[in-house]
Amino acid sequence: HGPYQPHEPGYGLYQPGYSSYDDQIPDPKSRMLAIQNAKAYLLKSSTTSGLNLYDHLANMLTKILDEQPTNAVDIIEDISKDVKWSQFQKKMDTLQDEHEILPTFEAAEKRKALFLKANGEGDEELEEEIGETPLPNVMETAFYFEQAGIGLSKDESYHIFLALKKLISVQPIQTCRFWGKILGLEMNYIIAEVQYHEGEEEEETEEEAVTEEGGKGVDEVEDEEEDKEKEDEPPKSTYKPPPVIPKEENGTGANKYVYFVCNEPGKPWVKLPPVTPAQIVCARKIKKFFTGRLDAPVVSFPPFPGNEANYLRAQIARISAGTQISPIGFYQFAEEEDEEEEVDGGRDTYEENPDFQPLSVAEMVDSLSAWVHNVQSILKQGRCVWLNPLQKTEEEEEEENEEEEKAEEADELPQELQQEIGPPLLTPLSEDEGIQNIPAWTAQPSTDLIPQYAVAVLQSNRWPGAYAFASGKKFDNIYFGWGHKYSPENHAPALPPPVQAEYPSGPEITETRDPTVEEELAFKAAREEALAEAEEEEDEEGTEEDEEEDD
Amino acid sequence: MEASSLPAALELVSGGGAGLSPEKRAVLGSSLLLLRRHYRFERVWFWGCIQGVGGAYYIAEGLGPDRAAPRSRLYSLNCVEWSLLPPVTEEMVTQAGRLKGRFQGDPAFEYKDTETNAEDAESLFEDGKEPVIKEEARLVATIEQIDRAVGIIPRGAFVKTPLGSVSENRNFEGLSLTEAKRLSSYLHFTEPVNLKNKTLLEKADLDPSTDFLDSLEHDVPHGSWTVQLEKGGTVVVLRSLLWLGLTFYHVPMTKQYGYVYFGNGEKNLDLPFML
Repeated sequence: HGPYQPHEPGYGLYQPGYSSYDDQIPDPKSRMLAIQNAKAYLLKSSTTSGLNLYDHLANMLTKILDEQPTNAVDIIEDISKDVKWSQFQKKMDTLQDEHEILPTFEAAEKRKALFLKANGEGDEELEEEIGETPLPNVMETAFYFEQAGIGLSKDESYHIFLALKKLISVQPIQTCRFWGKILGLEMNYIIAEVQYHEGEEEEETEEEAVTEEGGKGVDEVEDEEEDKEKEDEPPKSTYKPPPVIPKEENGTGANKYVYFVCNEPGKPWVKLPPVTPAQIVCARKIKKFFTGRLDAPVVSFPPFPGNEANYLRAQIARISAGTQISPIGFYQFAEEEDEEEEVDGGRDTYEENPDFQPLSVAEMVDSLSAWVHNVQSILKQGRCVWLNPLQKTEEEEEEENEEEEKAEEADELPQELQQEIGPPLLTPLSEDEGIQNIPAWTAQPSTDLIPQYAVAVLQSNRWPGAYAFASGKKFDNIYFGWGHKYSPENHAPALPPPVQAEYPSGPEITETRDPTVEEELAFKAAREEALAEAEEEEDEEGTEEDEEEDD
Repeated sequence: MEASSLPAALELVSGGGAGLSPEKRAVLGSSLLLLRRHYRFERVWFWGCIQGVGGAYYIAEGLGPDRAAPRSRLYSLNCVEWSLLPPVTEEMVTQAGRLKGRFQGDPAFEYKDTETNAEDAESLFEDGKEPVIKEEARLVATIEQIDRAVGIIPRGAFVKTPLGSVSENRNFEGLSLTEAKRLSSYLHFTEPVNLKNKTLLEKADLDPSTDFLDSLEHDVPHGSWTVQLEKGGTVVVLRSLLWLGLTFYHVPMTKQYGYVYFGNGEKNLDLPFML
């Protein structure tokens, strides 16, 4: 017998205090006492945290009943942790709340600034804008690329659109195009390809001339100092660096377009310097990620002549030369009357063909000969038009004739450089070499389900990230990627050059063998003979002189 | 990335220029849902797209009740019909690791494996076959390698129950902005390798329910992840430099996160030269 449970027949007849198990069941007083003991225990403050279990359980249950999460029993421990954690958040703080200046707010300000219309725009300017403007329709291009699954989100495309508009309003630009985006470690680059109005590029050449004059002044001072010390100088090195190949003029060859970059739309556009052949040649040998800061040094071997801005410009030049394409027939060479003159390096200008008949999308996709390159390819030398660096101008020849002619003839081995010829402009893509057994380009229509409105899309396999589309009369190229060429083999860094000879070997510094004993004895014998002969001669002379003196 | 949040997630990941066409996006919405019903997955993740020379493979992963269990992988050439890939074995991974070059885009394509051991080659010759690797095997091995090496989650997004199974943490409210910029707030969602090597002091600070995976801090080589704030600083995007094309996004202080792969399926072995 014991306390009866509700299902047992004795339930309800049990009266506390009167059964034989009274000592096991507390009477109401002791039950109240037990309850109070339990509550006092629950109210006991913890020695480590100062909380007590009673309040904690009450807070927890309040929170659960307020929020009513599903399956609360599964996340009860996390709720408990959250309640404890919220103890540490004081609602009233004696310190004044400093408004958080998150970098996100500044970025949002810059992006908002793009959307503000500049002050002072009258009606005249509006008309100009609606007329011919160099601003490309970025959203339209983005739409076509989106059909192929390529491109940035619409938000970002629109921001870039507005950033380009700002660029055009600031710089005297004739044509402008969104070239693409190159990803970097810390920040990315958004790149715009631009052509100036004719006559707007003179500022740069002035700056270069100034630096050259400054350099010459320094050289003169150094020469004077050297003259004084000529006696004790070590032998000068006979190393002649290979001739520097001059860069191409702005507006031609690899420097045909000018590129502006910015890290994010809303940040100011920075102009990239023109590219030199040495930079292109070096960029072919190294493979480095871009950091996102234009002034970052490029640490590599062979040492890159320039900083990240130059490396970026060189890679842009290589990518453009390799992957800028257009449908065949869109561009044609301008008709020239004198076709007898052979222009070195082929023609480099083209114009739009007014009679262009676009091919159908199926034809564009099936055969690669329906596309042509419209940017000159870069030769091994680093230029688009080959230049013989050994040909000197007349002035240079006169100066050198006096001083260095003899030295040159002795040391320099003039190598006959062969003229490098690259594929001419407007060559079809079917001539592009593949890599191993992969074709250079992959062509696909954007959709198989709706061929009437499909867009022909080409992806480059040599420069992963370069895409081109064509649909009717519209086409464009774009690049989204890290800026490196694809190579199935791993990158092998260039080996250091062979050790140079220190001094030309000549008799005065060549070590001779030590003579053997026989040779020494023979030499000694020969010398004694010579001495003996000399003494005889002296004696003879001496007697002769005596005779003369006597006279 | 979660199949249910695909459209929003694609917007956030598009900073790299790769994405899906509207047609694919539209069809994935329904076909992934049907996948879930057919195979009775609890969660379906759209893993990404591997670009072959002739075509592209679209990959999806299905997860069961234990999120850390080996996942079922499916591939499709057009996002409409999906085929289950065979489960991956270590042998497949080592064989596929020896192959170089692009994927061809044809699942039945056979690569000639030129570097098998002499013993294996002999045993195969006896059977009358040459050692070949099918592109399907290479595909599943590559996906496994990528998941193992660079599949990541924010810290706290998954919890390990005392029974050992892993499930999503319903209390996860997102990382704060400062936490999101640090590499230590992200964990590799695969069997941990370095966890046992931590000192006792470090282990004392860890919470066994959320810190049961390796973090990105000690990845070799140092600097193989780029952390950037995009879209005006509202999204944290991590890109892996070891497997170019893997992008992870997270919107701080929200529950949105996920990773996706758009690329060639080739490991970037030149990474030490490029940093």
